[in-house]
Amino acid sequence: MKRFLTLAPMAFLLSACSGNWGWYVVNPTTTSGYNNLYFMISGAWNTILMSLTAILISVAVGLLVALPGLSEKRGWRNVNRVYVEIVRSVPILVLILWVYYGLPQVTGITLNVFWAGVFALALSDSAFQAEIFRAGIQSINKGQYEAAHSVSLNYTDTMRFVILPQAIRRILPALGNQLVYMMKMSSLVSVIGMQELTRKANELVVSEYRPLEIYTILVLEYLVLILIVSSGVRWLERRMSDDTN
Amino acid sequence: METATTDTLIGITNLSKYFGPFQALKNVSLTVAPGERVVICGPSGSGKSTLIRCINRLEKHEEGEIIVDGTVLNDTRESLDKVRANVGMVFQQFNLFPHLTVLENLTLGPRRVFKLSEKEARERALGYLERVRIADQADKYPRQLSGGQQQRVAIARSLCMEPRILLFDEPTSALDPEMINEVLDVMAELASSGITMVCVTHEMGFARRVADKMVFMDQGEIVEVADPETFFTAPKSERCQDFLQKILSH
Repeated sequence: MKRFLTLAPMAFLLSACSGNWGWYVVNPTTTSGYNNLYFMISGAWNTILMSLTAILISVAVGLLVALPGLSEKRGWRNVNRVYVEIVRSVPILVLILWVYYGLPQVTGITLNVFWAGVFALALSDSAFQAEIFRAGIQSINKGQYEAAHSVSLNYTDTMRFVILPQAIRRILPALGNQLVYMMKMSSLVSVIGMQELTRKANELVVSEYRPLEIYTILVLEYLVLILIVSSGVRWLERRMSDDTN
Repeated sequence: METATTDTLIGITNLSKYFGPFQALKNVSLTVAPGERVVICGPSGSGKSTLIRCINRLEKHEEGEIIVDGTVLNDTRESLDKVRANVGMVFQQFNLFPHLTVLENLTLGPRRVFKLSEKEARERALGYLERVRIADQADKYPRQLSGGQQQRVAIARSLCMEPRILLFDEPTSALDPEMINEVLDVMAELASSGITMVCVTHEMGFARRVADKMVFMDQGEIVEVADPETFFTAPKSERCQDFLQKILSH
C-alpha cells in the first residue's frame, strides 16, 4: 500500500505530461522494447552484488576501526581519528577513479572494475561505519562491562557476547541507511565501466536517444530496489527486538 | 610489607584512591578472613562502594596495596585473571545481560572461561537457579522479571563462577520494598554456606543477623570496625552513633 502511494503520484505526473514521450523504447510487448528493458534490468544484479559485498567489507572494517576509537589510550584513539577524517574527506567518485587508475601505478596491483568499485565504496563507507559503531558501543551502559568483568570474561568475549550484540541492535537502523546509501553510490562506479544499472541505462541512451524514458525507468529501478532493501531492514529490526521483548 | 597468612583472604593496606583531585579513599586498611562476612555501611559518598570496587579491580587504586588470596592486585594479566576468578560481584542495578535469557546469562561465563560444555554449564546454572529459588524462570529474558527476581538471577550468575569471595554493592537499594526480603533471604542463606562475603548495604537488620564484622566508613575513611553486637549497642565514634541513629530511627 505504501509503495503504491509512492508510485501513484509519479505515474500520474508522467501520464499528464504533454511532452513527447516515446515509451516504445521500453515497451515489453515489442521485441526491441523487451530487449531494451531486459538489458536495463540485467544491470541490477551487479548493483546488488557490488553494494552487498561493499557493505559487508565496510561493516567489518568499520568495526575494526571503531574499536581503537574506544580505547583509553590516546595513541589508539588518534589512529581512529586520522583514518576517519582522511577517508571521510575524499569524495567517492574521486576515490573510485583513484583506486581504478591510480592504485595500479602505485602498487602494481590491478583490480578489475568490480573489485575496484567494491574497494572504493567499502573504503569510503567504512569511515561512516566506524563512527556508527563507536556511537553504538558507547551507548551501552558501563554496568554491562562491569558485569562481564565480574564473570571473568576477557576483552574479546566481552565485546563478542555482551557489548556488540546489544550495540548492533541499536545501530541497525543506521546500518540500513548506509546500505541504501551504498546502493545509490554504486551508480558512480559506472564511470569506470562497471555494467550496473546506471551504466546500462547510459549505454542504451547512447544507442536509442531516448534519455527521458530510459532515465525514468532507471529511477524506478533504484526506487524498487531500495524499497525492498528498506523493508528488509525493518523486518530485521522487528525480528531482533522481538528477541528481547 | 604485609605477608598473606592463611587467615587473611583479603588484605588491604593503606589504600588511597583519587577521582581527579577528590580523594575517595584515605589510607584505608582492612583484613577479611576466609569465610568471614563483612558488612560495610556509612553515609552516601563515604567511599564504601569504591572500596569494594577496588577489591575486584573495577577501580584502580593509586596508593597502598590489596592482596587477594595471596595475589597482589596490579595491572599484570596474571593478577587480573586471578582476582576475576576469585571474586564475584553483585551490583545495585543487577547488570544482567538484557539480550540473553536467564539461563544464558548464567552459562556465558562458565562456558567461555571454564570451557564447560553446554550441558555441564546448563546443569550448573540450573543448580544455582534452584538455590536462589527461580529455576522456573530460566528461559525468560531479564526484563520479564521483577527487580527482586533479577537480583536473584544476578546472584546466581556470580555463584556460577564459583568464586571464593562475593562482593555485594548495595544489592537491595534499587528494589521496591516488598522485594527486598526475597533477596536478603537468599543472601542470608549464602552467608550460612561459608562463602566469604563483603557487603555494602543499608539493611541493618540483615547486617545484624549475618555479619561477623561491621565496618563503618565516612568521608573516605574507615571510622570503626567492630563485631555487630558492639557496633549496634555501643558504637565508639560520634559519627557512627549519628549515622546509626539516623538510619535506625525510622
